[in-house]
Amino acid sequence: MNMFAEAWGRVKAILGVKSGPGIGRDQALVPASSIAGRALVTVVAIMTFLASLAAGAAILIGDASSAWQDQVAREMTIQIRPTAGRDIEADSAKAAQLAEKTPGVAAARAYTKDQSEALLQPWLGAGLDLSELPVPRLITVSLTPKTRLDATALRRTLAAAIPGASLDDHRLWLERLAVMARTVVAGAAVIFALVLVAMVLAVAFATRGAMAGNREIIEILHYVGAADAYISRQFQRRFFRLGLRGGAIGAGAAIISFLALSTVSSWWRATPSGEQVDVMFGDFNLSPNVYAAIILIAAAVAILTGYVSRTIVFRHLRDLT
Amino acid sequence: MVRFENVGLRYGMGTEILKDISFAIEPQSFQFLTGPSGAGKTTLLRLILLSLRPTRGLISLFGRDALSLDKAAITDLRRRIGVVFQDFRLLDHLTTYENVALPLRVRGKEEASYRAEVTELLRWVGLGDRMHILPPVLSGGEKQRAVIARALIVRPALLLADEPTGNVDPSLARRLLRLFTELHKSGTSVVIATHDLALMDQFDGARRLVLGDGRLHIFD
Ligand SMILES: Nc1ncnc2c1ncn2[C@@H]1O[C@H](COP(=O)(O)OP(=O)(O)OP(=O)(O)O)[C@@H](O)[C@H]1O
Ligand SMILES: [Mg+2]
Repeated sequence: MNMFAEAWGRVKAILGVKSGPGIGRDQALVPASSIAGRALVTVVAIMTFLASLAAGAAILIGDASSAWQDQVAREMTIQIRPTAGRDIEADSAKAAQLAEKTPGVAAARAYTKDQSEALLQPWLGAGLDLSELPVPRLITVSLTPKTRLDATALRRTLAAAIPGASLDDHRLWLERLAVMARTVVAGAAVIFALVLVAMVLAVAFATRGAMAGNREIIEILHYVGAADAYISRQFQRRFFRLGLRGGAIGAGAAIISFLALSTVSSWWRATPSGEQVDVMFGDFNLSPNVYAAIILIAAAVAILTGYVSRTIVFRHLRDLT
Repeated sequence: MVRFENVGLRYGMGTEILKDISFAIEPQSFQFLTGPSGAGKTTLLRLILLSLRPTRGLISLFGRDALSLDKAAITDLRRRIGVVFQDFRLLDHLTTYENVALPLRVRGKEEASYRAEVTELLRWVGLGDRMHILPPVLSGGEKQRAVIARALIVRPALLLADEPTGNVDPSLARRLLRLFTELHKSGTSVVIATHDLALMDQFDGARRLVLGDGRLHIFD
C-alpha cells in the first residue's frame, strides 16, 4: 500500500500533477524559460515524425513483400508452347493431369483457349481472331503448404511426356523481390538510426545550454544540500516532459499521415487501374503494427530525451569541483 | 567541528589572501568573524563550505579530512551546515516560501510534511505576508530574512552567516541577532561574519576572529 502510494507520488511528480492544497506550486527547480524548450520540442517532433515514417515504411514493405512472396510461392506455372503436329488441347490436359498426380500439388488448372485469349486481350485488343496465332497455353499449379513439391522431378516428367512444356517456379521473381524488400527495410533502418542519433545530439546540445544558463541555480542547489543525482533528476524531468510533448506531436503527425495514405489508397483501389496495383502489392493494408510502432517510438523518444539529459548533467556535475 | 591548520589561499596567480590560518570552531560555540572589507571573510567561509580549495594547509570538518572527500560526503557535510550568503542567492523563479523550503525539498521531503514549519519560521522573521512573492520584488532586508530562514529551516549543526544584518535597520538587526543566539542556545555553532561593531557589542561575550593582512587573530 505504502509502496503504491510512493510510486503514484513519483508518477504525479513526473506528470506535474499537484498533490493536495499545498503552498508550494511544485514549481520546477530548473526554470522553463532557461531551456530552449520550444526549439527542442520542434526538433524532437520532427525527428519522431521522420523516424515513424521510416519505421512505418519498413513495416509496410516488409508485410507486403512477405504477403506477396507467400502468394507467389504457393503457385507455379506450366507453359506449353504450340508444337507442329501435336494437339495442344490434349497436351495441356495431360500436363494438368501429370501435375495433379505429383505430391505437393493441390490443384492444376489449365486455361482454355478462350481464357488464354482473354488474358492477351489487354495487349492485343478485343475482336481479334487468335486461332491462327501460336498462343501458348498456361496451366497454373497451386501447391499445398504441407508437402514440398520436387520441382526438378516434375520438370523432368513433363519434358519426357510433352515436348514444348516448361515449368516456371517463379524462383527468380521471389529472389528479386526478397532482395528488394530487404534493401528497402535496411535503408529505412539506417534512416531511423541516423534520425535517432541526430535527436540525441540535439538533446545533448539543449541540455548543455540549459546547464550553462543554470550554473547559478545548480550552485545554490549544491549549497542547500542537493545531491548530484537529485539535480540531474530535475533536468531529466524537464527534458522528459519536453520529449514527451515533441514525441506526441511527431507521432500524431505520423499517424495522421499513415491514416491519410491508407484512405487515399483505398479510394484509389476502387478504380480499375487501382486493381492492378492491388494485384502487384497485395492488400496495401496498414497493419495495426505500424501504429503500435509509432506509439512505441514516441514513448522511447521521451524516455531517451530524459535519459540523455540526465546522463549529461550527471557527468557534468561529477566533473565539477 | 571545523579545524584549519596553516591554511593559505590565493585566487589564481594573485597574492595570498589568507596566510597560515589556524583555528577551530567548537561545537555549540558562538563567534564573530570580522575585519575590514576585502580582508577575506567571505573567502574563509567559502573554504569552510568546501566551495573553494585551499592552496595549502589542512581543513577538517566534523572530524573528517575535508580535502579528500568524495561528492556524496561533501553533500552530506553541507546538509549539516546552514549558510547565509552576503549576496543572498535566492532562486528568482521560486516564491519566498519555496526558497525557504528548498533545503527540505532537495532532501526529498514531501511538501505536506514541512508546510507548517516553514510558514511558522517565515512569520517569525516577519515575512508571513510575503510568502508568495518572488525574490526580485522583495526589499533588501526581506531578501536577507528569507536567506536567514532558508539557512535555519534544517536546524544545522553549524551556521555560517555572511553579513546577515547588512541590509536591515538596527532594530531588525537586533531581532535577527536574537534569532542566532536562540539557535546557538539550542546547540548550533554560529559564525557571523560582519564589520558591524554595534552588532558585535550586543553580544559581548562572543569570541572574535579578526582577519587583517591575511592573518587571523583570535580574541576569546
Ligand atoms: N573569485 C575571486 N577571484 C579573485 N579574487 C577574489 C575572488 N573573490 C574575492 N577575491 C578577492 O579576495 C579578497 C577577499 O575577498 P572577500 O570577499 O573574502 O572579502 P570580505 O572580507 O568578505 O569583504 P567584504 O567585507 O567586503 O564582504 C578581495 O581582495 C577580493 O577582491
Ligand atoms: Mg564578504
